[in-house]
Amino acid sequence: MNRLNLMTSSKAQTVVDSFYKVLEQRIAASPLGFCPVDVSSAFVKFCLAQSCGKCTPCRIGLAQLYTLMESVMDGKADESVLPLMERTARTIVSTSDCAIGREAGRMVLVGLRGFRDDYLEHIHNKRCLCHLTQPVPCVAGCPAHVDIPGYIALVANHRYADAVRLIRKDNPFPTACALICEHPCETNCRRNMVDDNIKIRSLKRVACDKAGVVPVPECGPSTGKNIAIIGGGPSGLTAAYFLQLMGHQTTIFEQRSKLGGMLLYGIPSYRLPRERLQSDIDAILSTGVEVKLRTSVRKKLPPVSVENEEFLGSCEEDRIENTVLFSALREEYDAIYISIGAHTDNKLRIPGEDAVGVLSAVEMLRAVGNGLKPDFAGKNVIVVGGGNVAMDCVRSAIRLGAEHVMCVYRRRKDDMTAQLDEIDGAINEGASLMDLYAPKSIEVDENGHVSALIATKMMAGPYDRGRPKPVPSGDGDRRIPCDILVVAAGQKIESDYLEAVGVPTKWGSIVAEDWTQVPGMPGVFSGGDCVTGPSTVIRAIAAGKVAAANIDDYLGFSHPISVDVDVPLPQLEPMPPTGRAMTKEREPYDRKKDFCLMELPMSDPEAEQESHRCLRCDYYGFGIFKGGRETQW
Amino acid sequence: MVKLTINDIPCKVKEGTTILEAAKTVGIFIPTLCYLKDINEIGACRVCVVEVDGAEKLVSACNTPVAEGMNVHSNTLKVREARRTNVELILSQHNGNCVTCSRSGNCALQTLANDLHIAPDIYPPNVPKMNWDLSFELIRDESKCIKCMRCIQICDKVQGLNIWNVANTGGRTTVAVSGLRNIRDTDCSLCGQCMTHCPVGALYARNDSIHDFSLGGPHANKDVIKIAQIAPAVRTSWGEPFGLSPEFATVKRLGAVLRRIGIDYVFDTTFSADLTIMEESAEVLHRLTDGKEHRYPMFTSCCPGWVRFIKSQYPDMVENLSTSKSPQAMFGAIAKTYFARKIGVEPERIHCVSIMPCVAKKAEIAIPSINDSGCDRDVDSVWSVREVDRLFRRECIDISQVPEEELDSPLGEGTGAGVIFGTTGGVMEAALRTAYFKLTGENPPMDTFKEIRTGKPWREAEFEIAGTTVRIAIVSGLGNARQLIRALRRDQVHYDFVEVMACPGGCVGGGGQPIHEGEEWAERRTKVLRHLDAKSQIRYSHENPEVQKLYTDYLGEPMSGLAEKLLHTDHFAWEMPLSMNLDHDVKVN
Repeated sequence: MNRLNLMTSSKAQTVVDSFYKVLEQRIAASPLGFCPVDVSSAFVKFCLAQSCGKCTPCRIGLAQLYTLMESVMDGKADESVLPLMERTARTIVSTSDCAIGREAGRMVLVGLRGFRDDYLEHIHNKRCLCHLTQPVPCVAGCPAHVDIPGYIALVANHRYADAVRLIRKDNPFPTACALICEHPCETNCRRNMVDDNIKIRSLKRVACDKAGVVPVPECGPSTGKNIAIIGGGPSGLTAAYFLQLMGHQTTIFEQRSKLGGMLLYGIPSYRLPRERLQSDIDAILSTGVEVKLRTSVRKKLPPVSVENEEFLGSCEEDRIENTVLFSALREEYDAIYISIGAHTDNKLRIPGEDAVGVLSAVEMLRAVGNGLKPDFAGKNVIVVGGGNVAMDCVRSAIRLGAEHVMCVYRRRKDDMTAQLDEIDGAINEGASLMDLYAPKSIEVDENGHVSALIATKMMAGPYDRGRPKPVPSGDGDRRIPCDILVVAAGQKIESDYLEAVGVPTKWGSIVAEDWTQVPGMPGVFSGGDCVTGPSTVIRAIAAGKVAAANIDDYLGFSHPISVDVDVPLPQLEPMPPTGRAMTKEREPYDRKKDFCLMELPMSDPEAEQESHRCLRCDYYGFGIFKGGRETQW
Repeated sequence: MVKLTINDIPCKVKEGTTILEAAKTVGIFIPTLCYLKDINEIGACRVCVVEVDGAEKLVSACNTPVAEGMNVHSNTLKVREARRTNVELILSQHNGNCVTCSRSGNCALQTLANDLHIAPDIYPPNVPKMNWDLSFELIRDESKCIKCMRCIQICDKVQGLNIWNVANTGGRTTVAVSGLRNIRDTDCSLCGQCMTHCPVGALYARNDSIHDFSLGGPHANKDVIKIAQIAPAVRTSWGEPFGLSPEFATVKRLGAVLRRIGIDYVFDTTFSADLTIMEESAEVLHRLTDGKEHRYPMFTSCCPGWVRFIKSQYPDMVENLSTSKSPQAMFGAIAKTYFARKIGVEPERIHCVSIMPCVAKKAEIAIPSINDSGCDRDVDSVWSVREVDRLFRRECIDISQVPEEELDSPLGEGTGAGVIFGTTGGVMEAALRTAYFKLTGENPPMDTFKEIRTGKPWREAEFEIAGTTVRIAIVSGLGNARQLIRALRRDQVHYDFVEVMACPGGCVGGGGQPIHEGEEWAERRTKVLRHLDAKSQIRYSHENPEVQKLYTDYLGEPMSGLAEKLLHTDHFAWEMPLSMNLDHDVKVN
């Protein structure tokens, strides 16, 4: 017996460690729709395997919970099982000596409350409430249900134009989404079980980059129906595109001078170059959409703020020229789609916020979107906020020549809602991140000009709704000098003028059903940010698609949208684990000087490899049974 | 063309051919289980796996297309091990009590396991329990189900009713009634196609002959007069399970066998099919000449699966159904009135059985408003062809030794027109033959309506008869019927008279017919019916002497008061659960 030994890991432990890694990846690839009782039973079994076995509640209690859950799943339990499970889990939580049992028991209690209906369905009817509805994980994850395995297969076969046509069946913004989609499709990719998920968005970019100009399908014969679309952002343009293809005549009423909504006025061109966005819009307009720019449906125009023209420049272009009454639209058009987005800013509600030099993120990005290139040269800029919009402001400020840009955020970096790539990208470009600083007040100089932000140092405190709540750390306040302060604390919807004409709203958002119908107003539909609050472009596009289908139905038609692209069958080639493609950006020193596209495309060999990594869930597994593809909707 | 080798045998097939189909061309048999050509090519059971050079894992032959230069090996050690293991796994969750299973001897799994020399119970058995309402016409035995998913596919893809779906997830994934419904609350048409396409004994029709032969049942009571009617399509198929040809297994031989198991009078549903034509053609002629604009055509009503379909899917079109009862129901009403009086017995003493190629007929006789004879039920029991064949086995009858016997009179004579009721297009042709006679006063030449005998499942034609234009359509299979109805509702097509049969090919493809694994026998049975019609002495329903006598002696004329009472029915008098997925333009009261 030696006095001390160095720790070595056994062969078995090494293998088990690799299992944990695989388990993590499997969990990442979990599709929606699995039975929550079954999944929690498996979880309890795993927790039981982790038990050291000392304490009664953990060793026996978890084992009994597992047995009880299995009896529920086997249809052998009656309703008395639920109170017994509750009592058992409560005892495990309150008497387990350590976290292994305690946290497992807590999870069971949460489940008993969270999906009691599922338990009861198994107990009473010996069946499960859930089953898989969309068999292909990426397609299920995409709000617009774009045929992802289909276009990846087309990219693998170098049929780029067909890939674009296939994407357009569900989403008329292939290029914009190729560059800036938040790609929820990638989350549950089954390839996670093998190595890593597929870089889906970048493969879409390969298709768009290489396809050239792809004409849109021919529109159906005219139905004689006219539809007004209020707001020319991604949702409104999507609805217009599909409605035109169905044979209806749409007219978009856009209060600004250009179409694109937040894609133009919210997303800086280094992420989505104007000409690339325009190529999508041009394709949509080629279906015959009528457009009325600088036309608003509000009765009275909002006052124009002039204080910040010094920083942002003035934009005569954006002055609204015409107004149309909502009531007139209801009379003149057969249906209306409201897709006005969320274009006003939330305030910080701290003293000094009305000082000159305090800008809202919306204002700033709109100026950038209008091509005004405000002069930030030599300025110290603070951006308050932790979302993607804050990062857009930070990185735009750098490109506008700011001397120094700081992002101030009251929680931790880990809590920021911005994508990690965006945060790291901003830091690489020279921005400083000051997390755990809560803005307290804005210091104003004798000219009414912002001179500094006073922020309180915070620490991560106890959890509140799943994440730690920031509380003062006791280190006091700090003065951070600045010339410009940009507030990126979220956006709101300007819906008061619609509310005034009877459109129902809740907390400012327009109320609409899941199928975009506005309740109580036949023929009026709404979707996108103005219904959901600020969200992603693909959700806005999905709303436009859903609205087009339901407006068509409302008008008494059922025009199918389909495309005559045949998807290649999968190859029987071996699929050894292979690394995931990486997105590369231009070097920080170079990209931070201009507003040109910063993301680099995939190389050809990279695209070849990545497109062949797709496991083709449309063809294998549940896909071939329940239809891996919806050829029309 | 694609060149490949299978077990080193060179093979040349069309592009897109599956490995399974390619292997057949060079005489190599690859076993399958879940596979059903064109309907279920999902590679679920993993029995048809083969080795392909260069492929990492074994591939399913049923749904993998061949590729140029492919080398396939269908019977290697690796393949045999995998195939065997997968069958053993399936057996571990299958109630293998074959001795009492109705599919014993006609079961894809039984054959496969036996062919592969599977040893019993390699894995500890883990058989789910059956949980079903046994009083319903359609029965599903969970303990037998092998999750091949064929029932779901047939119902979705062919019949378009989506009654079945995958239920539960993970290891407990199974097939169940869709939408968390009870089967009784669904819009199931009871076509029975899921049963005839089930590879095992998991789906079957309620057996009603068991009750009829039980103690206390009619066959145990000498005072009960047992009569039977034989549906047209039954004469094409009842001998199949015994390996008998239709030339041998005739309706007359079936009649003789039925007498041996205790039936007193054997009659023919072709008789009441002719009667149906008399009533239905009168109806359609009335509609053609009433001078009114009809948006929708008149639909035939002889198929109870179709009646259930239209009531549940398009309730706003039920008024377009012919009010004529089905031949089965007309037979029951006449048997317990006219025939009972003729032989001088109380109708209550008669037990009327139908031998049907159908499952929906079992439900039809239970519709309260279908019964007009004054007894509890006009038809007391429906036996499917499969049920009758099993019954003959139980009664130990050597059919090959039973000589043919004439059917009984007066409800035992039918014409060629009545015979073709059993196939798609037959009702229409029979009706047109009689309508032609009524309009012109003479019989049409036999080839007049030849063009509607073959063609696509949905076919249409236009005939000019004595200055009247008749636009007709024929459709079989409920998925096709839905297409036709949608086209009607969109004003894309216009017809005067439409024949619909729920089962693909008509009653010859009925859900109560004998099962031939992986094969469709509707077409060959149709040929039998067409042949019987061609050689019939009488081929016009209106010339059926016993039908004529029925009108003269009892009913008066078609659509008379008594005919209306006994031979017509109110389709609105009973409820059918509505579809969960009604077309959005369907109006429901």
